[in-house]
Amino acid sequence: MLLLIPLLPLVGFLVNASLGRRLPKSISGGVACAAMVASFIVSVVAALDLQAMHVESPALAQTVFTWLPSGDLQVPFALRLDNLSTLMILVVTGIGALIHIYSVGYMHEEPDSEYARYFSYLNLFAAFMLVLVLGASFPVMFIGWEGVGLCSYLLIGFYFKKQSASDAGKKAFVVNRVGDFGFILGMLLIFATFGTLDFQGVAAAAASRAPETAGMGVMTIATLLLFLGATGKSAQIPLHVWLPDAMEGPTPVSALIHAATMVTAGVYMIGRNAVLFSHAPLTLELIAAIGVATALMAGTIGLVQTDIKRVLAYSTVSQLGYMFLAMGVGAYAAGIFHLYTHAFFKALLFLGSGAVIHALAGEQDLRHMGGLKKHLPITYWTFLIGALAIAGVPLLSGFFSKDEILYRAFVGTEHAHGSAVLWAIASVTALLTAIYMFRLVFLTFHGERRAAHSAPGTLHPGTLHPGTLHPGTLHPGTPGTHGTLHDAPPSMAIPLIVLAIGSAVAGFVGVPHALGGSNSIERFLEPSFEVHATAESIPAGDAQAPAQAEGEHGEDVGTERMLMAISTGVAFAGIGIAAFFWLRNPERAAAVARQFSGPYRFLLNKYYFDELYDTLVVQPIKQVSTGALWKGVDAGLIDGGVNGVGAVVSGASAVLRRVQTGSVRTYAASLFLGAVAILGWYLWT
Amino acid sequence: MLSLIVFLPLVGAVLALLAGGRGDRPEREPLVRNVALLTSLVTFAATLWLWWRFDPASADFQFVERYDWIRTFNIQYYVGVDGISLFLVVLTGFLTPLALLSSWESVHKGVKTFSFFILALETAMLGVFVSIDLFLFYVFWDAVLIPMYFLIGIWGYERRIYAAVKFILYTMAGSVLMLVAIIGLAYAHAQSNRAISFNLLDLYNVPLSPQMESWFFLAFTLAFIIKVPLFPFHTWLPDAHVEAPTAGSVILAGVMLKMGTYGLLRFSFPLFPEAASAFSPVLALLAVIGIVYGALVAMVQPDMKKLVAYSSVSHLGFVVLGLCAMNLQGVQGSLYQMLNHGVSTGGLFMIVGMLSDRRHTRLISEFGGLKAVAPRFVAAFLLITLSSIALPGMNGFVGEFLILIGAFKWSPRLTAVAATGVILSAVYMLWMFQRVNYGEVKNEKNRTLRDLTPREWALVVPTVAMAILMGVLPGIFLRPMEPAVTKVIERVKATQPARVSNGISGVPAGERTDNPLPNPEPPPSRAALRRDLAGAFAEAGRISSPGTKP
Repeated sequence: MLLLIPLLPLVGFLVNASLGRRLPKSISGGVACAAMVASFIVSVVAALDLQAMHVESPALAQTVFTWLPSGDLQVPFALRLDNLSTLMILVVTGIGALIHIYSVGYMHEEPDSEYARYFSYLNLFAAFMLVLVLGASFPVMFIGWEGVGLCSYLLIGFYFKKQSASDAGKKAFVVNRVGDFGFILGMLLIFATFGTLDFQGVAAAAASRAPETAGMGVMTIATLLLFLGATGKSAQIPLHVWLPDAMEGPTPVSALIHAATMVTAGVYMIGRNAVLFSHAPLTLELIAAIGVATALMAGTIGLVQTDIKRVLAYSTVSQLGYMFLAMGVGAYAAGIFHLYTHAFFKALLFLGSGAVIHALAGEQDLRHMGGLKKHLPITYWTFLIGALAIAGVPLLSGFFSKDEILYRAFVGTEHAHGSAVLWAIASVTALLTAIYMFRLVFLTFHGERRAAHSAPGTLHPGTLHPGTLHPGTLHPGTPGTHGTLHDAPPSMAIPLIVLAIGSAVAGFVGVPHALGGSNSIERFLEPSFEVHATAESIPAGDAQAPAQAEGEHGEDVGTERMLMAISTGVAFAGIGIAAFFWLRNPERAAAVARQFSGPYRFLLNKYYFDELYDTLVVQPIKQVSTGALWKGVDAGLIDGGVNGVGAVVSGASAVLRRVQTGSVRTYAASLFLGAVAILGWYLWT
Repeated sequence: MLSLIVFLPLVGAVLALLAGGRGDRPEREPLVRNVALLTSLVTFAATLWLWWRFDPASADFQFVERYDWIRTFNIQYYVGVDGISLFLVVLTGFLTPLALLSSWESVHKGVKTFSFFILALETAMLGVFVSIDLFLFYVFWDAVLIPMYFLIGIWGYERRIYAAVKFILYTMAGSVLMLVAIIGLAYAHAQSNRAISFNLLDLYNVPLSPQMESWFFLAFTLAFIIKVPLFPFHTWLPDAHVEAPTAGSVILAGVMLKMGTYGLLRFSFPLFPEAASAFSPVLALLAVIGIVYGALVAMVQPDMKKLVAYSSVSHLGFVVLGLCAMNLQGVQGSLYQMLNHGVSTGGLFMIVGMLSDRRHTRLISEFGGLKAVAPRFVAAFLLITLSSIALPGMNGFVGEFLILIGAFKWSPRLTAVAATGVILSAVYMLWMFQRVNYGEVKNEKNRTLRDLTPREWALVVPTVAMAILMGVLPGIFLRPMEPAVTKVIERVKATQPARVSNGISGVPAGERTDNPLPNPEPPPSRAALRRDLAGAFAEAGRISSPGTKP
């Protein structure tokens, strides 16, 4: 049954990829959506089956066939469903299905063949993502891991005629490959050390060792390499540079791949290998540091971006940083909890921005929006819920998951220490989040429409690319895209409403003890982060850990409530600041930007990461490859040498010209005879 | 039966010549082409039959045929197939019809001789992979050069003569030394066993002095690594590829380069295990340099064919690295990567050939935006590109992953450097793919390019299907390989101490004490090399005296 979950979208892909061009939109879109909905239903059934097992650590497994058999390396294509992967497949298929449905409306202006191509990629993505999540071993996960990267590449470059889109796709793939380099080496080291690549086997083997508290042990190096893979997939420093550019893809893609699912794969991978990472405290520290640094950096950049999707992209990078912070302090459940709530509200925000872009015929520049509240009421209200959720306003989903992370960052877990510094930086990031999100809300929906009087053709040239396949711009004459503004059509509105409800209530699965809840998500996920005693497995070394965690609960309720109060204040303060600058005194924001023009430009240019990489990596490699290696070593040194020998020989042979017939066959024959003669001479004398 | 498979293409080649009639008869072209294609398809079917009947549990040669050939020197016609050669035979059968089809429309000059050479080449290549007698092997090995020389020299592009001569001189230089070593080895056998032999299975057990072994190893290995080609012996390859017709490139990259890596695995390593273990760090280093170097140089090539040629240097570096690791995953991965490279690089040359047929240029800058013009062609291009950059689920990944697993056990550092090839291959392939297929159509000539023709579908579908099959079900290939690979590894590993204790026949034990046995310090300096060479030859002379003059 597990196989069915990725298989259904794969079938959808095959149908659309082979027949799609000849199918009308209703069928190609319908097939894709049906495949996702069916996959969601199967996932729900599987989840119910799993919960019906009533054991401490329920799991379903399915081995399809032996994929890689080579001596002591035997990799079965095996899928495994436990509580952690249950949560993930429900997010992937559930939110995936909603985004498929949304796409039916969003992409309807594409020609049939492009429409089918879009849906085939989207289905393929879902199939790979589900393999990634369900894979029971590193190599099977890696199939999904690289597969989603491929789909991301194809979908970012979906508008392939546009140079920036195909550049962005390639950049995403290559940067991800840098991460995959780490992932592969990590796998190699793990196999060389533990002799297995199965997640459970690795966890059991790791648990039998003592945590590497001092120095760089094997597990530390392996986890660092895996973490490099995670920074690529999940856009963390230093490999975060591809995600903002990935916004070149269609907006539903940004919602599904670059917000809700694929980019969280790195977080998931760490959660999947929680036992291993717990045994490498050094790596955990680095993860926490990178996570919080990324969160802060992306938050500051998000403050000044003018493209609606780029603001959301940096917000995603920032929120992913939050998740890594949680993983880094060993609060795996909190990280996954945030992954789950973030999937709702960030998908919602992207889809909302898509509805805005759709209504404005491809306009993405915040400076040309404003006052859309009354024209797009559904979009506005759902977007507002998403913004409140991500800002951390109490009782919405983001509040619970974010507070859990902040709390854990402060007090730590049994695996790693927390610190006031981590907490403080994370809190500043929370403030920034509230500010840039409400800046976005106010600039988009409130005030007066700043480009209302200009015809679509005269919109800002930098953001509206003439001749591209952006929805709306392809057919400038399409009714409904300009003139009067239309709110989202039903296929787009329904996903928005469902996600808004989700963003509001999804957090109630994780109400903390401090608020009288039971934090059921943590209990639900916890078995996935531990090793479960099987017959041959390890004597209980972690036995004291849960007890210790229990012990902390009582005394920390006070701390947790206090931190909660602070972060609530922070959220409202951020919204207030945003209101002050962008609702009440729009000119003040510009004045501040002028006053601090240096830092402002630094942020606007995204800390100059792209320029830095181009100067330090890309250009030198190109120049060395062309100048030194190809023209120098290859053509100059080696071929020069070879041709030089040839010249010497031909000079000498001018003397012997008479025996030269010019026929290569004769040369070959004489070489052969000569060799025999030389050897014969040595042997018989 | 095996001989039938080997010589069937040659029969077909003669039939194609006869079908062409005397002189230049264009009206007979279709007949000639069909005879050739049919022959190659029947051969492919026969190789599949071979796979079907192959006993995957056995490590020994199967379908063995053995006849006396030149009795004076005990040279035999001795052929057989084991798990190492089986799939190379199948690969040859698979690629030859595709090669014929790929030049179906671009070759019009001398179709009958063209078909003749391709099919004759197939016989020679099959012969290389099935020979158990070393002399027979050498005959096939050199026989391969002749048709390829003419294929490049007659049907190639502008600088074809230069490329053809460079190709043949480079490879001849290596193979002559190998011939010396083969004969030397046969005589060494005569010393210890009182009878000359070219039988590989006999020669595996010939005791050799360390110097002799080193020199024989180097002579064999040089021939093979030129063929591979291993950095820095690779510069014939870009020229040969660029100038060769598409069919030539497909076969050259697809099959001929594997003759080199096959030779390392079949001859260099198991015949001379001590020298192999002494020199494999050097080989591995060159392989890793080749991986990175080939990728970097590929990245900046303006000509698609050159790009693919340099990518071959990079991919074959992986193969050699896996061989040097000499453990099951490494060697199986290498063998797998040989097949992968045949499929994916063969496919890439077909793709470039299709563009070259349409536009008569292979410069990347001449193209752009093809996706809007020929979407099916671009889809095929993409799939073959993905196979080449080792996306999991396609063939390339299986080979690279196994090689890396095996190599990592042996040398983590070299492996870490080699793994950067994963990044670089994505860079050069996707960059080319982007420049050719994405963006707006800028060149007016590209606006009317036709999409895949039925003939091209027949090229693309089997290639892509094979790439996916090999990625999804590698077990059907890996399992039959395993026993034979295990046997080779055992031979290489086991004979190392055995030979040391054996001593060296004909030489008093006292003389050997000043020569510490397996020389762990590669590479010897030039002076040391010269000294060793002199010693080796002197020793060869000394060994010979009791044997030949009883």
